[in-house]
Amino acid sequence: MTGTASLLRTTALSAWYGDFQAIFDIDFEIGMGETVAVIGANGAGKSTFLRALAGALDTRPGMLSYDGNDIGHLPAHEVLRRGIALVPEGRKLFQSLSVEENLQIGGDHGRTGPWTLKRVFDLFPVLAERRVQPATSLSGGQQQMCAIGRALMANPRLLLCDEISLGLAPVIIRELYERLVTIAAEGTTLVIVEQDINRALEAADRFYCFQKGRVSLQGPARGFDRQAITAAYFGL
Amino acid sequence: MNESQVSASPFIVERSTRVSQVSAVVATLGLAVLISLPYWGSTGSMRLIAEMAYFLALAQLWNLLAGYAGLVSVGQQVYIGIGGYVLFASADWYNVHPLLAILISGIAAAIISLPMALIVFRLRGAYFAVGTWVVAEIFNLFVAQVPKLGGGSGYSLTPDIVRSVAPDRAVREMLMYWMALALSVAIIAMVYLLLRSRHGLALTAIRDSESASESLGVDTYRTKLMIYIVTALCSGLLGGFIFLQKLRISPESAFSINDWTVVVIFMVVIGGIGTMEGPILGLLIYFAMRELLADYGSWYLILLGVVAVAVMLTAREGLWGLIAKRYDLHPFPVRRRLVRPPAS
Amino acid sequence: MSWISDIDWAGVLIQGALIGGLYALFAIGLSLAFGIMRLVNIAHGDLIVLCAYVAMIVVNATGVHPLWSIAVVVPVMFVAGYLMQRSLLNFTLGPSILPPLLVTFGISVIIQNVLLEVFGADTRRLNAGAMETASITLPGDVTVGVFPLVIFSVALLSLGSLQYLLYRTKLGRAFRATSDDAGTAELVGINNRHLYCVAMGIAMAFTALAAVLFSIRTSFDPSSGAINLIFAFEAVIIGGLGSLWGTLVGGIILGVSQSLGGSVVGPLVSDLIGNPVAAQWQILTGHIVFIIVLIVKPDGLFPRIRD
Repeated sequence: MTGTASLLRTTALSAWYGDFQAIFDIDFEIGMGETVAVIGANGAGKSTFLRALAGALDTRPGMLSYDGNDIGHLPAHEVLRRGIALVPEGRKLFQSLSVEENLQIGGDHGRTGPWTLKRVFDLFPVLAERRVQPATSLSGGQQQMCAIGRALMANPRLLLCDEISLGLAPVIIRELYERLVTIAAEGTTLVIVEQDINRALEAADRFYCFQKGRVSLQGPARGFDRQAITAAYFGL
Repeated sequence: MNESQVSASPFIVERSTRVSQVSAVVATLGLAVLISLPYWGSTGSMRLIAEMAYFLALAQLWNLLAGYAGLVSVGQQVYIGIGGYVLFASADWYNVHPLLAILISGIAAAIISLPMALIVFRLRGAYFAVGTWVVAEIFNLFVAQVPKLGGGSGYSLTPDIVRSVAPDRAVREMLMYWMALALSVAIIAMVYLLLRSRHGLALTAIRDSESASESLGVDTYRTKLMIYIVTALCSGLLGGFIFLQKLRISPESAFSINDWTVVVIFMVVIGGIGTMEGPILGLLIYFAMRELLADYGSWYLILLGVVAVAVMLTAREGLWGLIAKRYDLHPFPVRRRLVRPPAS
Repeated sequence: MSWISDIDWAGVLIQGALIGGLYALFAIGLSLAFGIMRLVNIAHGDLIVLCAYVAMIVVNATGVHPLWSIAVVVPVMFVAGYLMQRSLLNFTLGPSILPPLLVTFGISVIIQNVLLEVFGADTRRLNAGAMETASITLPGDVTVGVFPLVIFSVALLSLGSLQYLLYRTKLGRAFRATSDDAGTAELVGINNRHLYCVAMGIAMAFTALAAVLFSIRTSFDPSSGAINLIFAFEAVIIGGLGSLWGTLVGGIILGVSQSLGGSVVGPLVSDLIGNPVAAQWQILTGHIVFIIVLIVKPDGLFPRIRD
């Protein structure tokens, strides 16, 4: 941590899908305003981890501490109200809602703050052009922008981004990551889940590497031994 | 779990248990007692046992349909009704012997079920349920339009036809009783063997995940269609028999959702859907409630409804499921179970 | 077959279409519950009948015109729907269709038999006085009943306000989002379980509205639920699952089929078989048209939701 106050801390966080345990005893911490990357191979438990933070999976009381409060037992909609928003893997836009409605619904149940429809449109002008179109008519990159915008509309203190680069062209990915800088500059704390190590480390202050549902390595994002990361990533 | 673990499995597939062997003996003895009932029991008890027998058969059929094939029909009364009317028509119009006419009832129901399946199978899930009901209503209304079948008010078998079953009334009662037993036992045995067969395995796969079993090469449509037609056949046989026993038929009684479907569903749900044992338990509970609350109008139905809702909300495997889980009891196993072989 | 030339075709078609409004109203509650929570409410028909009895109690207790009972029955049924979802149906949601189906089936049997025990098997009907028989004459010498016109107007108004609710309000946006993807809806802060309760409350409010009109038009008894469920279901399937205005078209087609069944198909069959037929040809013709639509266009005329 970079000396700032802790915003979210997990203690021995475990989560299950039915009988299948996907993550084991994860100790994680993120400070106010920090950007932390979570990297790892496919199936390492990264998405599960984010979903657990967002309240979409059952976790036990005491495992999740947010802003000094225990949120381990709260359902997702309560977690969102307290300022944690997730940009889900695969974007998951609402198909029968227009672009604008997808953004609006993000704000309907969130907190008030700097992010409004107008500011999201400023951030992603292409969405303004297509506001009345169905969300499914957007290109992959635009859909990802819409998904990020939807999460921003809730004015989260902690924004969780799950593989926002998945399936997108490098030029689009670069654009998305530039926008993340703008978002972080508003004081939003960010957790970025990525498979692409370089991309993630470039954007983050610190990183956690997951392997088979456990933290295999953590440290500052810059100046870290690449070989150690590769080993922790693949479990070699 | 990886593959090496499976191939070096310390488990064996077990299809019968000690309990199931004991229960087979008990069932055989029980059946022997029931077969001898006419020699020592009253006519009233014979009628009650016969009714319980064919309701158990109906319950097992619905269980096969809904609990295994995932075809939640609330329109099975249509095949009871068709069976009944075909029996009346063939005995009355063509002078077919009533016992042979029961067979024709079953075959007719099976034949009609094929085009019906092609229509109702277009509806998915819960809408399938309502669709089957509409089809039953159509038959109900349609039969009421046919004067030769007694129209809306119904129709009785002539004394000649009744006497052709057996001239003596007492003999007839015995004969009908044994037929109820034979028909029901045959149907239940058929369901049991079907579930233990290759088709049973396919059915269980469909029940657990339709898409997954399709990707594993189970032809779900054909399997479901087969089950639908088989249950129609059996329901037609039972319908023919039931109305031969009742001697009188009307559209309302023949296509009654309350008599032939509601109570059957309650039996299966309360006892435990998707098991062979559940419907037996459900049957006993249903008849116990009906006899105990006989003087209180339809309160037994209300009570059954409440129990069924409560079971669905709190113990989806039914009362039998609770017992089986608690004591690991499987008297009529249709599943393949993995067990460790006894140490040799 | 001289009677054919005596048929008032315009009258038959218009009456049928107007009554179709009632079926569309029946269908709204069923359609809403299916659209938002994928719940097929088998008890829907019995809930309509229950509402009719509640309306009857209100009318008997206060002596007001039956239409005024709407002011009581609609809010009462909103609350009842909310509570039913909260205390029972929310616990049945999940991947398996059996629990919701069987629980609503159980509720259906309970309602029907409780009504039977409490009110007996007598048929009832609410008396709306002069309105029932009043009619107006349209250009072309077509006479139309005032009450069918009222029914149809209420249906139009209901569908219009539902359209507004679904597409112009925050609540409607949440309904559509939850219908698309309930898991993601939770992630944007929607409390699905609460939303489902509100949806069932709204579904029941529309059902209550339909029921009051139904109780004036048709006599009912505790066993009338089944046929109401079937009419609602037929209107939904003919129109296409999840399609709002399709439901109205489905209702109209059903109403017109029944109307033709009563005044054309039935007599025609009578002539053909040389025997008078029972009055059931109205309903039977509706069923047959439904089956034909199912064979020709299994997704209905205006399909929207496919799953």
